[in-house]
Amino acid sequence: MKKTIITVVGKDTVGIIAKVCTYLAENRVNILDISQTIVQDYFNMMMIVDTGNMTGQYGDMVDALEKLGQEIGVVVKCQKEEIFDQMHRI
Amino acid sequence: MINIYEVAETNEMIEKENLDVRTITMGISLLDCIDADLKLLNEKIYQKIYESARDLVKTGEQISREYGIPIVNKRISVTPIALVGAAACKTIDDYAGIARTLDKVAHEVGVNFIGGYSALVSKGMTPADELLIRSIPLALSTTERVCSSVNLGSTKTGINMDAVKLMGEMVKETAEYTKEQDSLGCAKLVVFCNAPDDNPFMAGAFHGVTEADRIINVGVSGPGVVKTALEKVRGENFEVLCETIKKTAFKVTRVGQLVAQEASRMLGVPFGIVDLSLAPTPAIGDSVADILCEIGLEHAGAPGTTAALALLNDQVKKGGVMASSYVGGLSGAFIPVSEDQGMIDAVNAGALTLEKLEAMTCVCSVGLDMIAIPGDTKASTISGIIADEMAIGMVNQKTTAVRVIPVIGKGVGETVEFGGLLGYAPIMPVNRFSCDDFVNRGGRIPVPIHSFKN
Repeated sequence: MKKTIITVVGKDTVGIIAKVCTYLAENRVNILDISQTIVQDYFNMMMIVDTGNMTGQYGDMVDALEKLGQEIGVVVKCQKEEIFDQMHRI
Repeated sequence: MINIYEVAETNEMIEKENLDVRTITMGISLLDCIDADLKLLNEKIYQKIYESARDLVKTGEQISREYGIPIVNKRISVTPIALVGAAACKTIDDYAGIARTLDKVAHEVGVNFIGGYSALVSKGMTPADELLIRSIPLALSTTERVCSSVNLGSTKTGINMDAVKLMGEMVKETAEYTKEQDSLGCAKLVVFCNAPDDNPFMAGAFHGVTEADRIINVGVSGPGVVKTALEKVRGENFEVLCETIKKTAFKVTRVGQLVAQEASRMLGVPFGIVDLSLAPTPAIGDSVADILCEIGLEHAGAPGTTAALALLNDQVKKGGVMASSYVGGLSGAFIPVSEDQGMIDAVNAGALTLEKLEAMTCVCSVGLDMIAIPGDTKASTISGIIADEMAIGMVNQKTTAVRVIPVIGKGVGETVEFGGLLGYAPIMPVNRFSCDDFVNRGGRIPVPIHSFKN
């Protein structure tokens, strides 16, 4: 399993999760966990996904989701889980 | 499992507080390139560096994209060229030719600096060492990306005062050779006492002879992250202050460790060290001076500065050491003037002088760094400044360095602009009294008594 954290931050609008999930399904990226909060109208979502069986290159997914975010007016980031693990776990 | 708040904290550090990995530096040994034939030597150097580092920039960019962490610089350090060229170089131009080869290969593989145009002369100079030192002005004025460093002393050898005198002259000459660009050459030239073999930061990076054939060293940064963390503990006591710095340094260094391991794995080059430095940039909010202000000073340079810097430096190390399996290089807070907006402000406000900076170098890593001084400063005065700094390093068993820029044609009150990461600096006054007779004595200063530990 290769875990990646996808974060979506921005103004809340209809269909944010749907659009991101559609892209992930099309590229065989499995969603393991989703959590979200809304703070002062700002949508804040974190997904933990497994890219072990994904089709295509990792870098392409980073770019595609970033572009998708720009289209719907939110910031989408993909980062491998290790950077958070390293920083917050001993 | 990682939670949403931890993810948000990390991304906040990256996006708003300038957390980045300052440099991935590949150290490459050129000892196996040594040849008495100068042409062959240059060819071998080019080939070895090109073969070793051609994927370095690409790999750095890939890691940056996968983890969402900026990796600002990709660089190379090589074996001190005085050693590599000793058998082949008979003239100053022979050595400068190697510098041009280094510059060419740096452009070819896309790194922004290549360090190691260096000589290690802490006790004595060979004819080759002296030739390389005398070629530095020519080398730095005819190349763009080559950095030069000279080790002039150590706790184990004392200080080579002949070399200190010579380097004062070479700093001045480098300034003259590059006067059209505000003496920019001097920004790429640093002298050391106790120079580390595995420093990933420029201008002082070189690949020491004690190192493996190739190695990956990583320098982390994050003054902005420390500053923001301290904003949340304003008015608290020193215990809380120190704990906060320590925890923050731990987190910052862990990122460096991760990047170092990934780069090492992807390039198939062993991981060397993580350098735990707080390295500022001219960007707003990326300043070590601002941390000192947050600790409670009106400006860097105010009474209390040395103590504040000492605790900052110590806590950064305490937090960072546990975060990385191998720590090395310079590891501490950097206090360059031109590369730190808070330091520039402090100089302009009249709070920070050369003498106070010298005191600060007793308790932090490196030394008098990126300080612009008047262009008419005498070579012997620069040698005197160097000797003082070397003495601090020698006696305190720490690395110290001098990177001053005598800006030809400019004086106190004027400003010099270097651009990019090198920033800009107000020209600072230098003590005008002479040290000629001291510098001209010749010979070396013996090792201090506390080096006799056997």
